[in-house]
Parts: sequence; C-alpha cells; structure tokens
Amino acid sequence: MIKITFRILLLILVCHCHTFGQVNNTLLKNVQLKMDKVSDYEAEGKLRTNVAFLKLPIAKVKLYYKNPNKFKLKSENGMSFVPKGSMSINLNNIFLNNKYTIIDAGVDKIGNIDVVVLKLLPDDDNSDLVLTTLYIDAVNFLILKSKTTTKENGTYELQMTYENYSKYGLPDKIIFSFNTKDYKLPKGITFDFDDGSAKKSNAQNTVAKKGEIEIRIEKYQINKGLSSAIFK
Amino acid sequence: MFTLLQIELHKIYSRPRTYIAFAAITAIVLIFQFAFKYDGQSYMDLMLQNIQDNFEIDKSKAINGYFMCYIILNTLLIQVPILVALVAADTISGEANMGTLRLMLTKPVSRTQLLLVKFLASFIFTVCLLIWMAIIALFLSILIFGQEDMLVFRVKGEESFILQITKDDIMWRYFAAFGYAAIALTVIVALGMLLSVFAENSIGPIVATVCIVLFFTIVSNMNIPVIDRNVKPYLFTSYLVGWKGFFYIGLDDYGQPIKGSIENWPAIKKSIYILLGHIGFFLTMAIISFRKKDILS
Repeated sequence: MIKITFRILLLILVCHCHTFGQVNNTLLKNVQLKMDKVSDYEAEGKLRTNVAFLKLPIAKVKLYYKNPNKFKLKSENGMSFVPKGSMSINLNNIFLNNKYTIIDAGVDKIGNIDVVVLKLLPDDDNSDLVLTTLYIDAVNFLILKSKTTTKENGTYELQMTYENYSKYGLPDKIIFSFNTKDYKLPKGITFDFDDGSAKKSNAQNTVAKKGEIEIRIEKYQINKGLSSAIFK
Repeated sequence: MFTLLQIELHKIYSRPRTYIAFAAITAIVLIFQFAFKYDGQSYMDLMLQNIQDNFEIDKSKAINGYFMCYIILNTLLIQVPILVALVAADTISGEANMGTLRLMLTKPVSRTQLLLVKFLASFIFTVCLLIWMAIIALFLSILIFGQEDMLVFRVKGEESFILQITKDDIMWRYFAAFGYAAIALTVIVALGMLLSVFAENSIGPIVATVCIVLFFTIVSNMNIPVIDRNVKPYLFTSYLVGWKGFFYIGLDDYGQPIKGSIENWPAIKKSIYILLGHIGFFLTMAIISFRKKDILS
C-alpha cells in the first residue's frame, strides 16, 4: 500500500514538474516569438559610462542588429570604450543556441512587476556560457533582467526598461553591469601636477570592481533592411 | 627703451647659440612624431594595460594630434628650462666676459633699465620658443595625426584614471597651458639673470641655473611623503608642471567630464601667483645686485 502511494506521489511530482517545464518553455518561446518580429534594427542612443577609473563624457552611440546574431555598438562622435561582452546586450544571443536546460527558480519582483525567474543551463559542456538567469515579465513576455556567467569574461548583468518599443521586445533603457579590474599607472610616469586635492586611500585596489554602462535609446528603426557590411 | 630692446633682441638672435634651443626642440618633436607614427600602439598598450581585458578601444584614434602635443610637452617642458637658461644666464655675464658691460653702462641708460630690457628680451625669446613649440608640437602633430578626443592619463594620490576631453574642448586649454608655460619659464629667465649678475663669464651662471633646475625638478618628482609635505611646496619647480591643470577637466557627480571646466582653478591660480612671486623676487634681487655691482670688465 505504502509502495503504491509512493509511486502515485512520484507520478504526480513528475507530472507537476513536467507541466512547469512546459509552462516555462512556452513562456520562453513567447518571449522569443516577440523578439523574432525584429529581423534588424538601427538604434540611436546615449551611452553613459560609470567605471571608477574612466571619466568619459556621455557618448552618442548607434546600435545595429541583424538576425540572427549580428550586433554592433558604435560611437557616433569621438572615441569610445566599449566593454567586451557588450554583445550580450543583444538578448537574441540567449536564444541562438536552443540547447539548454531550463530550471524554474520561482518568482520575484522587479519594481512593481512580478517576474518569473528562469535559469538556463547550456547542454554543451564546451560553451563559454555557464549560466543565464532571466527575470521575465510573464504578462508582457519581456525580459526585464538577465545575469550571464561566462567562463572567460566573468559575469554580466543586464537591466532593461521598456516603454515605446515593448511590442517588439526592444528596451528603451539598458543598464549593462560587468566586473572590471582596477587601473593602476606606475607612479612618476605622468609627471602630474599635484594640486593638493588628492585624498589618501588605504583601500587595496587589486580586487575586482563593478563597472556599469547605461544606454538610453532615443529612436529605433526596425526592419528597414540593414546591410551586412555595417557589421564588418 | 624700445631701441635698447631692439639691440638686445638683435644680440640674442645674432648668436648661433640661440638657435640651439630651436634646433633641439625641433629634433625632439620630430623624433617623437616619427616614433608614434610607426609604433604608437606600443605606448598605448603600456598606458592602457589591463583596461584592454575589459574594454575594446580604438587605439588608433587615441593617438591623435592633441594627445601627441600633450606627450611632447610632458617631456619637453622639463628640458626647455635648460634651453632658456642658455640664453638668460648669458645676458649680463656674457657682456662682462666680452668686456662690453662697462662700455654699455657709459651710455645714458640706468642699470635698472638695462637689466629690465635684457630681461624683456630674454622673455621675448622664451615666448618665441614656446610659439615654435606650439607650431611644431601642436599644429604639426594635428596635421600628421589628425584631431580626435584626447585622453589624459592621470595619477592622483593613490588613484589612477583616464580623462577623456572632447576635441572641441581642447584648443583653449592648449592656449592657456602655453600661457602658463610662458610664466613658468620666465622664472628660469629671472633666476638665470640673477646668477648672471654675479659672474664674469657665461659658463658659471648657465651651469648653476641648469643644476638648480635639475636638482629641484628631481626633488619635485620624488614620491616620498615627507618631501611631499615639507619640501615640494617651497620649490618653484613643483609649479612648473601646473600647465597640466588646464587638462584636468572638472567632473560632475556621476564622474562625467564637464565641458569647458577645470577641476581645480584655485590651485592653478595659486601656482601662477607663486611663480610670479619668484619672478618678482629674482628680478628684484638681480636689480639690487646689479646696481651695487662694481663693474670692472
């Protein structure tokens, strides 16, 4: 009797998990479908860099995307410091390789929005991706946040805010966070003018620090047909 | 007075030694430009070090005319005082050495007037040298390397960071920096003249001026806390690099550069006053000494 009860319970559990797995798969498929409406885009925006050792002005940037995985971030005026790994700003990269295992990580809240948290584990052992965590607005099928851990380039985090282009799954504001090492110039190499304003610091600066770039998109041109030459 | 100035300028520019300074500056600048044109990437690799692990940077854009001028001035403005000393420290002692000083003073010109004219002539030489530097280090570099945003690599206390100044916000900073450099180099002119008053030949005051500048510059660049606090503020050489202050752009609360701003204008102003004070002191001492000098040659 106990054996039978146990088997029934196990069956219910498996069915439950399977159902949840299907729900998550469908949710992810819906997000992907929404994003698949965009075959290419050209976007104009402003990029603000927030890294302790980089004092850069706000840059005008252009973002180019072409299905399935072509993406380019280019500074419109002057020099640019583009973080390596900014490719992950293109969320379509997540769906590029459909071979992953989805793990349900429950629900959470981002601001006032309830989100479903899914963890994607790539099936390919040789993939640079280790883990991607997605925070999905299940009502509008929008990814509000993603955390990506890679073997080579550390962990990236993306936070997206949607307004005008949410029907295409395209964000109006992207905050891209990444790990960065400290920058040290050898003393004496620059013959600096000591204006007496330097503060003494006892902190050890060799530890990894967080860097952040914020991109505010002003305008998208969607599905206008982009030439592949732009990405060269 | 104007005729006297013309005569003094004629004397300076008729001496081949005067052109050593122009030739030396030209040679150094051209070598720099050649080296950076063919292997500037190596320098950038050194300066950007571990940043390249995290960021993609267009290094070819980073090496541009404005950046080149900054690098050249960084090196040259330590050597130029030596070149200025070659002329300034020769003004009185050179005349004494040639035996023309007593003859000059038989003319209806006061000793103070004569010294001030010589000072003015040396100052004009210094300004000409700086204009020449601006032409070849800035304008020629812009011609060769083009115009782009400028990166300033800075160490402030324990921090190192990179400032980016947009290309439309740079030129006025160079004009201000060259103006500051003119004041800084005039201190050397005044010092050279002061030492020149006490000598009967040019070698002594030239070598003495160069030695003082070198010794003070070395001490000014030592990074030892006790010297930082107790010695550096009293050395005029600590303020010679104050021109860089014009390239330390002000930052907003988010760490973004504010166009047209300077981070610490009061510090630059203070440095200018200190340098002007030195000029006044050296010149006054030179005038007092020259007026009392027993001229035997």
